[in-house]
Amino acid sequence: MSRTLLTLRESVTLPVEAEVISPDCFHGLSEMQVATLPVVFGRRQRQLGDFFKVDGDGADEIVIEGNLSHVKRIGQGMTRGRIDILGDVGMHLGCMMRGGEISVQGDVGPWAGAKMSGGKLWVHGSAGAMLGGPYTGETRGMRGGMIVVEGNVGPRAGERMRRGLVVIQGNAGELAGARMIAGSIIVLGELGARPGAGMKRGTIVALGGLEDGLLPTFHFACSYQPTFLRTYLRRLEGMGLPISPSHIETDYRRYAGDVNTIGKGEILVHG
Amino acid sequence: MRIDGVDIEDTFAEGFKMWGSRLLITAANAQWARTCAQITTGFATSVIGCGCEAGIERELRPEETPDGRPGVSVLFFVSSSKTMEKQLVLRVGQGVMTCPTTACFNGLAGEKEMKLGGSLRYFGDGFQISKLFEGRRMWRIPVMEGEFVIDETFGMARAVGGGNFLVLGESVAATLAATEAAVTAMQAVPEVILPFPGGIVRSGSKVGSKYKFLSASTNTAYCPTLRAQVDSALPAGVNSVLEVVIDGLSEEAVAEAMRVGIEAACQKGIVRISAGNFGGELGQFQFHLEELWA
Repeated sequence: MSRTLLTLRESVTLPVEAEVISPDCFHGLSEMQVATLPVVFGRRQRQLGDFFKVDGDGADEIVIEGNLSHVKRIGQGMTRGRIDILGDVGMHLGCMMRGGEISVQGDVGPWAGAKMSGGKLWVHGSAGAMLGGPYTGETRGMRGGMIVVEGNVGPRAGERMRRGLVVIQGNAGELAGARMIAGSIIVLGELGARPGAGMKRGTIVALGGLEDGLLPTFHFACSYQPTFLRTYLRRLEGMGLPISPSHIETDYRRYAGDVNTIGKGEILVHG
Repeated sequence: MRIDGVDIEDTFAEGFKMWGSRLLITAANAQWARTCAQITTGFATSVIGCGCEAGIERELRPEETPDGRPGVSVLFFVSSSKTMEKQLVLRVGQGVMTCPTTACFNGLAGEKEMKLGGSLRYFGDGFQISKLFEGRRMWRIPVMEGEFVIDETFGMARAVGGGNFLVLGESVAATLAATEAAVTAMQAVPEVILPFPGGIVRSGSKVGSKYKFLSASTNTAYCPTLRAQVDSALPAGVNSVLEVVIDGLSEEAVAEAMRVGIEAACQKGIVRISAGNFGGELGQFQFHLEELWA
């Protein structure tokens, strides 16, 4: 399978807005055409080739090398293909993506997977704030797809989430799943303070305990083994995540909330 | 043709087009999964009298099921695709949802889909919860024991019903033993079920009756007690006949089950293996016995 290799020529300190780095934009373009795609550097319009050495014609598989922590919007709105990032990457990675897969061998900045509605985003490092969240003033965040972060995540992961799955192998920051509408967040590490604040529906699973308890607007229901969760955890185990037999076989405490809203959300606390 | 001294009659079984679905029923242990499967597929021997034909395909190891618990795979067959949803909503609603610790998952990616969990979810009275993961939507319905989990949609595929063979023996005991051996062997064949009690039917039927209100009646030609009164199909020495009926998800699966079953049934005390048909006038499939070994 052909692929396009992008190598960052030298580190940048001003942000590069590079939403053109996407299989949808690269598809059918020659190497030269890929290099001439427009990007915004600071407040100036430049070409992709000014910052990246391009090897190969535009393909559905893109590999990017270098310290991309100031490169933003990679994979924005993508619907197909795959992007492999060998290093850290900046804000808005995979925002609004609808399909395809992004893999990051480093850390990602805030708003990764913001408003995404499909596809898979897998971060081997940690993620910043607003993972899978909405943009300011918007009523919905993530609407589908799957995000996996092997490290820790910042505050407000999955805020206003409507559908989809967020898996956090490390610890989750405060207000995970705040104002959640539906969907699922599974945290293998410690779940930060005030999880699910204002959530209507949806599921937050705390496998590694609670950092600071739960809000008083979440009410204990029962201890039980949720059958549906077994299907999730077994699938995640198959993907290589460290799910233990205890995660699958032990009881969970179910808390329903947030009763400040309709209260049909739930936080399942392991053990 | 003869197998182990048993005559294989030069005839054929007549099969019919059907629609099939597969449900994976899981539970906290194999006993409850089995109990649930038996109840849900009970009274499902014939589409004419029961609305559907159903049976246990096989037991599932925990690693084979979506939730990692012991399970049972069951197959349902109906004549019309429209009937399937109605039958399954009733049977799963009353047989699976009611059974402690069970869950129900789709086991067939068929060409048609029907809403099953999508219909039963209303039992949750507004507290049911939908979960969508990798394109599969399941419903969590709160029940007194905890939660009943069921997939929203189940697949339905074209299938074959009415595969069969008759075991003609010297005595009831010999015929039953040979037919039991056939059933045991056929249970290892995937994608098929034997819908009758223990996989065996003793009251095979023919089309029509002397009574106008009956569309089918006892298969007089194969009733040993009527040998002297009707045009009997029984050779000398035959005093009992049992039938095995097979439904399957494919023509090949039904044929393989028939082959395996007939081989196992060819035992001491068996005179002949035959098959039931309607002269080829009604069914869309013909399973010629001798061609099973072609």
